[in-house]
Amino acid sequence: MTQSPLATYQPAQRALALIGGEATDANLRRYLHGIPGIDAVGLEARAADLGTRSIKTSSKRWAIDTIIGLIDLTTLEGADTPGKVRSLVAKALLPDPGDPGTPRVAAVCVYGDMVGSAVTALGSAHAAGGTSGVNVAAVATAFPSGRASLAIKLADVHDAVAAGADEIDMVIDRGAFLAGRFGQVYDEIVAVKDACRRADGSMAHLKVILETGELNTYDNVRRASWLAILAGGDFIKTSTGKVAPAATLPVTLSMLEVVRDWHRLTGVRIGVKPAGGIRTSKDAIKYLVTVAETVGEEWLTPHLFRFGASSLLNDVLLQRQKMTTGHYSGPDYVTID
Amino acid sequence: MKFLDYAPAPESRALLGLKSDYGLFINGDFTPGRGTPFQTINPATEQQIAMIATANEADVDAAVSAARHAYDGVWSRLSGSDRGKYLFRIARLVQERARELAVAETLDNGKPIKETRDVDIPLVAAWFFYYAGWADKLDHAGVGPNPASLGVAAQVIPWNFPLMMLAWKIAPALAAGNTVVLKPAETTSLTALLFAEILQQADLPAGVVNIITGDGSTGATLVNHPGVNKVAFTGSTSVGRAIARSVAGTDKKLSLELGGKGANIVFDDAPIDQAVEGIVRGIFFNQGHVCCAGSRLLVQESIHDDVIDRLKRRMQTLRLGDPLDKNTDIGAVNSAEQLARIRELSDLGEQEGAERWSADCVIPENGFWFAPTIFTNVSTSHRIAREEIFGPVLSVLTFRTPAEAVAKANNTPYGLSAGIWSDKGSRILAVADKLRAGVIWANTFNQFDPSSPFGGYKESGYGREGGRHGLAAYLKPAVRTGSRSITAAADHPTTPVSKKSTSAGKKSASAEKAAK
Repeated sequence: MTQSPLATYQPAQRALALIGGEATDANLRRYLHGIPGIDAVGLEARAADLGTRSIKTSSKRWAIDTIIGLIDLTTLEGADTPGKVRSLVAKALLPDPGDPGTPRVAAVCVYGDMVGSAVTALGSAHAAGGTSGVNVAAVATAFPSGRASLAIKLADVHDAVAAGADEIDMVIDRGAFLAGRFGQVYDEIVAVKDACRRADGSMAHLKVILETGELNTYDNVRRASWLAILAGGDFIKTSTGKVAPAATLPVTLSMLEVVRDWHRLTGVRIGVKPAGGIRTSKDAIKYLVTVAETVGEEWLTPHLFRFGASSLLNDVLLQRQKMTTGHYSGPDYVTID
Repeated sequence: MKFLDYAPAPESRALLGLKSDYGLFINGDFTPGRGTPFQTINPATEQQIAMIATANEADVDAAVSAARHAYDGVWSRLSGSDRGKYLFRIARLVQERARELAVAETLDNGKPIKETRDVDIPLVAAWFFYYAGWADKLDHAGVGPNPASLGVAAQVIPWNFPLMMLAWKIAPALAAGNTVVLKPAETTSLTALLFAEILQQADLPAGVVNIITGDGSTGATLVNHPGVNKVAFTGSTSVGRAIARSVAGTDKKLSLELGGKGANIVFDDAPIDQAVEGIVRGIFFNQGHVCCAGSRLLVQESIHDDVIDRLKRRMQTLRLGDPLDKNTDIGAVNSAEQLARIRELSDLGEQEGAERWSADCVIPENGFWFAPTIFTNVSTSHRIAREEIFGPVLSVLTFRTPAEAVAKANNTPYGLSAGIWSDKGSRILAVADKLRAGVIWANTFNQFDPSSPFGGYKESGYGREGGRHGLAAYLKPAVRTGSRSITAAADHPTTPVSKKSTSAGKKSASAEKAAK
């Protein structure tokens, strides 16, 4: 096996200790294939069971506000413009003009070249990784396919971080993963993590997109999740939103189980971000239930759980209005962004 | 506020129009019982739901003769497809009234609405649909061409799945052409009586199904009645033994579905999170009141600590409380008597040296409750590893090799169910082949389907319910004299009509005429 040039980066000692050696394909394979498998039928049945929880009245009210605060409000289109991003930011800051008490979303998620526009539009409301205000997340590493040279992927990350991105949503090389080149996937994540370092030494948060729709099996999702966490990802994220199926409840459950096991093993908390395909409050509430009953309620904070979504916010706002006023309004009572 | 303290989400009782008193359902009508009525209570609150009649000997006699009359006069003469029509109708009515039945079952039994809504009642409908399809295909039931029905079936069912057990008994009996006298358990008669209303709605001919209520002595009178041809019982092994004794020497056909002490075997290569779910489903489903419960966990020693740790975490998320709340996972124990038995055996487990751990649950003030409990450090000689507790109590044992797992799993007087958890298909097949249990689940547990036969080995009883085998329990081979086959009705000497029946073809033609 040829030594990847990426190996010059220093991965976490913990990961090396766990793997029991250097992050080579063989060592990683041995480790990842030693993790207990997933029975697809059982996993899906458990997810369906969690989906039957009945969240009513005060619990629903809390859930609705929590969901808003966990949303990465997203626009990832070829047609994105500074104007579109400004509009998205305005929505992020004031989701419901009719009720200024509505919580803000966690972050706006844009392509790397739109980070500057987002930062400008946020102005003083830019959280910059802090606890108040809204973060800017940028997709990077030749999103969504990830098919580019490492140099280009890293440049993509550097640019976004330099422009003020607080969070980087990278994609893994699914081709390399499926071909069994786990070492390459690992090293790339390590390299991207390193590229998240700002001039002042602080780090942008790294979300690792597995693109579960392309990994196809739950066993693959579980292994990719472990791989991403071993390599230093702060968050594991299901999908780009460009591949179907995107986030599903069983896939998210399987990733939450990894995060739970990692916490049991190391005491470190890793975040999870289902992205794509979650459009209704009803669905989003199922995710909250799944998080709370799998890893615990303390995960329901923006540092540890996010929804990657664009149309979800409006449905949640309609539900929120319904709970406030007692009746349903309609699509013209929420803003398009 | 904590999100996990989900706000109450109770199912409405509004659509349930219960009567304050229920009589016996004999010959198509409700009649008052001649015994002393008793109250049925909600085990979650201990409040009375309704008064239920007790059938005395005369009532049992009336029910059996109504069933005999209906058998001779109507049901045995109907064509299979006509019997099927009634069964389809019943299935659809069960579906239409599913929510009402689910609420009633939860009230009377104490099991969570989530289970009655998603498991019990859908399976009741599925059972009737499944056997409706069989009614005109009895030639393929595996007992030879043109099989004969048995006559009047006496059926006595338990309290753990009241309506589901009723469906398991009544659907195949009717499909095969028998008529029925059924006695539900004393503490859970309510849904059987609602089912009687459904039979009236379905216009089932009077007397084809009779439902009589009462305690164990009513059941004993029924199974001992000389007018019954078939006895089907689900319940405890001790009562099953008594029934076998009383039926011995008669020509009554008998099937028994009795207790169990199912082994749930988890190998070190198991899909661990799903195995933990399966363990939970195996023993905490329906408060552990399941004859095929996975009440003995056999876990490979190398993963014992990890599995127990995961299991305890998972058990902390189980929600015990109001059975009508849609988020309740663990409901009430069905009766004070059963609760006492669970407590007694659990205390014994502690005394014998096993380590007890219970999930942290708030136990409601009224009603009968038992927190989900596991015992570790259990040895095969402990009573909690041998006796059926019939409650949410799991005994954990370990093994080192597949051979040891098989030996320990089979080391029980029972033989109803077992589960195997492994990612290795060949191991699952090899182990399943050596287990002496009627039902073996691989990487799942407590799954039921009308097409799958269910029943036990050894002290778990004999006979099968479900599938083609369940149908055969209500049939016998055509009795042949020369070239003639004598069909169901002809088998009973008191029926003049049946003596006229000759060949199978003519018989079914005349039956169709009779149906019109």
